Amino acid sequence: MIRRFLRSRLAVFGLLVMLVVVVAAIFGERLAPFDPGDQDIMSRLQPPFSPGDDGMHLLGTDALGRDVLSRLIVGARVSLLVGLAAVVVSALVGVTFGLLAGYEDRYLGRALMGITDIQLAIPFLVLALAVVAVLGPSLGNLIAVLGLTNWVQYARVIRAETLVLREREFIEAARAMGAGAPRILLRHLLPNVGPSVVVISSLLVAKMILFESSLSFLGLGVPPAIPTWGGMIADGRDYIANAWWVAALPGLALFITVIAINLIGDRLRDLLDPRLKQLET
Amino acid sequence: MASLLLPRLVYAMLVLFGVAIAVFFLIRIGGDPSALFLPPEASLADIARFRHQMGFDRSLTAQLLDFLGRAAQGDFGRSLRYDQPAMQLVLERMPATLQLSAVALVISIVLSVPIAILAAIHRDTLIDRGGLLVSLIGQSFPTFWLALMLILIFSEKLGLLPPSGRGTWRQLIMPAFSLAVYSTGIITRLLRSSMIEVLQSDYVRTARSKGISEWRVILVHALRNAVIPTLTVIGLQVGALLGGAVITEEIFAYPGVGRLAIQAIANRDFTIIQAFVVLMALVIVSINVLVDVGYTLLDPRLRTR
Repeated sequence: MIRRFLRSRLAVFGLLVMLVVVVAAIFGERLAPFDPGDQDIMSRLQPPFSPGDDGMHLLGTDALGRDVLSRLIVGARVSLLVGLAAVVVSALVGVTFGLLAGYEDRYLGRALMGITDIQLAIPFLVLALAVVAVLGPSLGNLIAVLGLTNWVQYARVIRAETLVLREREFIEAARAMGAGAPRILLRHLLPNVGPSVVVISSLLVAKMILFESSLSFLGLGVPPAIPTWGGMIADGRDYIANAWWVAALPGLALFITVIAINLIGDRLRDLLDPRLKQLET
Repeated sequence: MASLLLPRLVYAMLVLFGVAIAVFFLIRIGGDPSALFLPPEASLADIARFRHQMGFDRSLTAQLLDFLGRAAQGDFGRSLRYDQPAMQLVLERMPATLQLSAVALVISIVLSVPIAILAAIHRDTLIDRGGLLVSLIGQSFPTFWLALMLILIFSEKLGLLPPSGRGTWRQLIMPAFSLAVYSTGIITRLLRSSMIEVLQSDYVRTARSKGISEWRVILVHALRNAVIPTLTVIGLQVGALLGGAVITEEIFAYPGVGRLAIQAIANRDFTIIQAFVVLMALVIVSINVLVDVGYTLLDPRLRTR
């Protein structure tokens, strides 16, 4: 499996990029050449490769004289943390909904799929913005909002698979042996939808990171003191004409990270479940 | 036709009803909504007066019933900032957003259909890889960053296009394009894989063996069937486009509902948010009904059900 995964050069590229991002997210401040919060108004908006007091600003400085590279490294943490945590929340909600709706497709199933359709009818970004505006920006709120507004895809795919699986002999056998609904759902159905969950999750991480950065860009993500790629792009927005690097570089980091995750997700999809090619991401 | 439409319309109404209930609770998840609407420096007496004026001091059931009754008539209360009916404000901005989303949808279809067809007929060649790359890049672009980079290049550096506003078609190019990128990626990928599937089917082989020209086989026989599964996704993309328009409009200072919604959030003008979410849901649900019906009409196998 791992060997087959590594046979795709693009997937290997994706893995290598993610390795760098993960290392940046974990070690953040220790890798950063400067303190990411350190302001130096005298050397504001310096272009890349400018000499600073304590060394070279390889990627320049922002409007407050903070080192762009250092903020970029530390900013990886929020993106990755929010992306992963929000996907865990979505998966918990979506898989539960999907399994229940597929296994018991009369009243409960219909009601659950009704909730799915309601969710789909609400433009996600505005819902997320409104919830953050009501509850206030914090890391926990952001993860909860993203997680609770993006579970629909799990619910739909898992329900469709459960509808097929529950007619198979091994489920019937389990039922004949006296297994109750919770046991069938958790021990027999859940393991069989595992591959789909892995594929959806890997692709959803990429979307979540994009969503997180959009919200941070609009100032409704995490509190502004924490460096995020979305927040950095927002900071650089007003200086785009004469200091392009402040907004351009964090966006590039975001873009490459999302491409890398999508490459890994695409490879996993090809290997684990080719049927999911039609996934409506 | 009526039997096709009626159950779907009833279901759509139920979904909208659900959206209205969600919107009602949206401003109440943090407790008493009065504090949300008023500035932090409001006095306790102000808050109490406002709470009574808005009816927030009544029982939750009474508030919900009242809200739903008014919402059914399109009345979402007045915007506190503009002192106008919230729904009227949203409706006034709606044509601009619909125009932007429609142009974006046309752009993504015009781009993705040829790419997907070329990739599918040249499967596993460089052209196919290029098509997959387009789809990957399209799905990975942070829209707001792309928008800023377009402004940087085409407005600031080259001076070719205006960076903001609405009125001329030149002001529509950049917002519509940046909005279209994501959908282009998705439609390309799905259409490509359903084209590949269709091109291997028996009726395509039959059509070829009858001596019909290859392009006619591809464009008439294959494409028509490959489009069917893609249509659902295009329907879902309309929702994504309307949602994405929020951020695109904000960056290009495009006067649509999305920008209004962002400003409303900044101004704590929650009646506008409620009206906006319900109206968007109405548009999305209507399009899904249309797609559903179109799907059935396009695929004769589904008609007899």
